[in-house]
Amino acid sequence: MKPFVYERAKTPAEAATAAVRHPGAKFIAGGTNLLDLMKHEIEAPTHLIDVNGLSLDKIEATPEGGLRIGALVRNTDLAADERVRRDYGLLSRALLSGASAQLRNKATTAGNLLQRTRCPYFSDTNQPCNKRTPGSGCSAITGFSRNLAVVGGSNACIATNPSDMAVAMRALDATVETVRPNGATRRLPIADLHRLPGSTPHIETTLQPGELITAVTLPRPIGGTHIYHKVRDRASYAFALISVGVIVQPDGTGRVAVGGVAHKPWRVESADSAMPSGTKTVTARLFADARPTDANRFKLKLVERTLASVLMQAKEVTR
Amino acid sequence: MKFDKPATTNPIDQLKVVGKSIDRIDGPLKTTGTAPYAYERTDVPGAPAYGYVVGSSIAKGRISFMNLTRARSAPGVLGIVTADSAGPLDKADRNTATLLGGPEIEHYHQAIALVIAETFEQARAAAQLVRVGYIKAIGSFDLEAGKNSATRPPTLSGEPSDTAVGDFAGAFASAQVTLDASYATPDHAHAMIEPHASIASWSDDKLTLWTSNQMIDWCASDLSKTLRIPKANVRIISPYIGGGFGGKLFLRTDALLAALGAKAVGRPVKVSLQRPLMFNNTVHRPATIQRIRIGAMRDGTITAIGHESWSGDLPSGGADGAVLQSRRLYAGANRMTATRLTVLDLPEANAMRAPGEATGLMALEIAMDEIAEKLGMDPVEFRIKNDTQVDPENPERRFTQRSLIQCLRTGAEKFEWTKRNAQPGKTRDGRWLIGHGVAAAFRPSPVINSAARVRLNRAGVVTVETDMTDIGTGSYTIIAQTAAETMGVPPAKVVVQLGDSTFPVSAGSGGQWGANSSTAGVYAACMKLRDLVTQKLGITGTDTVFADGNVRSGTRLVPLGQAAADQELIAEDTIEFGDLAKVNELSSFGAHFVEVGVDAATAEIRVRRMLAVCAAGRILNPKTARSQVIGGMTMGVGAALMEELVVDKRRGFFVNHDLAGYEVPVHADVPHQDVIFLDETDAYSSPMKAKGVGELGICGVAAAVANAIYNATGVRVREYPITLDKLLDGMPAMA
Repeated sequence: MKPFVYERAKTPAEAATAAVRHPGAKFIAGGTNLLDLMKHEIEAPTHLIDVNGLSLDKIEATPEGGLRIGALVRNTDLAADERVRRDYGLLSRALLSGASAQLRNKATTAGNLLQRTRCPYFSDTNQPCNKRTPGSGCSAITGFSRNLAVVGGSNACIATNPSDMAVAMRALDATVETVRPNGATRRLPIADLHRLPGSTPHIETTLQPGELITAVTLPRPIGGTHIYHKVRDRASYAFALISVGVIVQPDGTGRVAVGGVAHKPWRVESADSAMPSGTKTVTARLFADARPTDANRFKLKLVERTLASVLMQAKEVTR
Repeated sequence: MKFDKPATTNPIDQLKVVGKSIDRIDGPLKTTGTAPYAYERTDVPGAPAYGYVVGSSIAKGRISFMNLTRARSAPGVLGIVTADSAGPLDKADRNTATLLGGPEIEHYHQAIALVIAETFEQARAAAQLVRVGYIKAIGSFDLEAGKNSATRPPTLSGEPSDTAVGDFAGAFASAQVTLDASYATPDHAHAMIEPHASIASWSDDKLTLWTSNQMIDWCASDLSKTLRIPKANVRIISPYIGGGFGGKLFLRTDALLAALGAKAVGRPVKVSLQRPLMFNNTVHRPATIQRIRIGAMRDGTITAIGHESWSGDLPSGGADGAVLQSRRLYAGANRMTATRLTVLDLPEANAMRAPGEATGLMALEIAMDEIAEKLGMDPVEFRIKNDTQVDPENPERRFTQRSLIQCLRTGAEKFEWTKRNAQPGKTRDGRWLIGHGVAAAFRPSPVINSAARVRLNRAGVVTVETDMTDIGTGSYTIIAQTAAETMGVPPAKVVVQLGDSTFPVSAGSGGQWGANSSTAGVYAACMKLRDLVTQKLGITGTDTVFADGNVRSGTRLVPLGQAAADQELIAEDTIEFGDLAKVNELSSFGAHFVEVGVDAATAEIRVRRMLAVCAAGRILNPKTARSQVIGGMTMGVGAALMEELVVDKRRGFFVNHDLAGYEVPVHADVPHQDVIFLDETDAYSSPMKAKGVGELGICGVAAAVANAIYNATGVRVREYPITLDKLLDGMPAMA
């Protein structure tokens, strides 16, 4: 771990200003991901801005009938919130399928969205990795890629976004609220938050330097049956091989978002609209541009079968 | 005490204390976090400095330069040890790779430096400033590719590497029903919770090492040899060990570098191997490729059985003993085994829980399931039909006791095996496909000479001292039970002190030899102490009884402590094993039964029920023995479903080198586990009449899981681990 300056911000705008003043600065909240990365110098920020004191830890109703979730709401509290459990079951289930109780107690909403990939080559500083060291190459594409991306990747990177929560947020059409160093705020759809790797896999989001997430808002509840099925090699405490989050309405329409397959939570609107016509079409549209490796090609079939299973469960619930 | 004839009735047979489910006497220390593990010792003379290990970033080649300038001048740094600065070192025979590498690099994450600083964080920060240049060499990292150049190792765990009886080729060719299949098992990591950790402290030329090691005397011998100092100048202290599984049998980097570091900076140094280094720096269970051929008559009689295995290791390393069990688990007049070893420049291969047996049975016990199906026979009955009571390669060698049939029968009954549907893929519970599998468990129960010292004081307290280790197994408790039984005192009157090289040399913990051998050594010392007691008290009667804290003879009743009224009595003895276990085959047996559910859509696998039936001689403490067996069963589930060190064949290292990447079962993966011990004693094992259970527990488990998955799905996977991607193509079509 390299020496760094640590400061506590008092307001969101002040945090954003401080971050832009110190190139290489990072915000820290729960620290469940960043601290591990710093210990092994996978990340080496020179300046840390602690945002835990910003009072962004409330879940409030919005005038539109949705929920505004503060950036610092802990995963445990978000998953347990009565309104979330009642109206946004997908979110609660996705959260509870991630990490461990101890980690969820610390991990925050914004931090969860911004966590780094768990590609094993990213976390071994002896290995080339374009995400960690731009231009050094990708060890994973011709290496151990079983749990890496099958769609949306590039010749520079096939890392996946490891978040479960983000998959639910994507299916729920959440909006991310931010503040910029000049004090201006903006709202962006969660679909626009994460980038595909392209030739710059080290740039993972569309946030500008210093821009701080202050909240995530959920629109009015849309009802339906919410199911999150996370598939992994062991029963708990593992990142997804794939995960499928669905919201299914009684008439068979709905939404589907997939985790563990891409650099971002994967949702394709044309696939949503195909839901009444069955899983084959949905999956074909989700993965129209898939470029799997031999080691992770199974994910395509796994998503299709998991989706079929989830839709059958949804039917049973509705019946 | 010589043990060269089968045991007769002795004080252990009273079973007042031995054989009881006594709670671990070290339990309160463990559960309150007050058992001092090596890294946490506070009785070190002076505050230790912290060492951080730098591992090689290439798999094979040479260091061309090391620039330590920035690291040396980093805050808090006290010194840096490298191969250059360490001075001449030897290498112990039990180590294959050099523990401190450079300039030659033999494997990825081989230690090349120890950076020592005032705090752990300073040492870590400075270690990251060490700059190293390498000249890479081409290495071999692919077992499959190395098969063709593999050679016959000189021996296999002290046995011939190849064996042949009768005419295997002819019998196999003419057999009515045959199986010829290949299996693969991956590299496995011990992945114990406590990393390798040591604190070293020098006083002049004498070294004290607090460490975490299963074999105290090996550690003392190998550390003194490596450092080129007299063994008498090395003291090893290792009373508590947070798991070993074979990974702590040997002198490892932490111990050597702590010693070198403490010498270099002139004060104690502590080193805990960093978790990300544990998978490539240390030893591991090697991957195997195995071919099994079995020929049988239509009635299920095996006529030919052949087992070949390929594994790899660094130059001068050894082969995995996967074929050893096939030499004597089942009958068959015509047989062969062959072992081939190829050079791989991956980290050093070595022992891990049931080395050889675990890997071999992972393959053999699937093969038995496969041919039973071809024969249309129940897999339990097929195994029973081919039981043998003699070593099939050397029929004059009998098993001292072999209750495999009783294990299978008892298990089948308790598990309700007859309710199993022999047709694969036909049993459903909602969205789950249900399957049942069985496998035999078989593991030698070696005996190793073991010594102990016992002291009696005037309060009647018996103190046992032996360098035996407790790696979480329950050694403290069974040793206390043994001393209590023999001396006729309650366990509360026994103090057990372990894991110190100033104590008599024990069998140590490994190869499931520890419990039987070390308690037999304690028994021997206690019998000597009984003689001292009776001499001291002037008791000569043949009716002398040690019971309830007293010595009784005729009408005379004397408190035991009285014998030590004016002076502590001390006795020391060694149990010295004759050739009973060589002339005969001394082994423990078992049967594993497993029920799995496989999600019909996703092919996710969940183990639902497990039962082990074990025949392992006298069970010294059913509670600690059960704990050993369910631990083995859990490890078997890991081997079946998830454990795999993934080899990057381009760069030559295990990629998933942390506990997020190397998955072992979590609680949610482990279902209800039942363990039944058959009520038996083996007079050929020792005066304790006990045998090993610690490794029996893992033997066959993975195959039982594999067979259950086949029964559930109809998909036969011969490459471990059995992950869902290997099943998907064979799963039922989705509606």
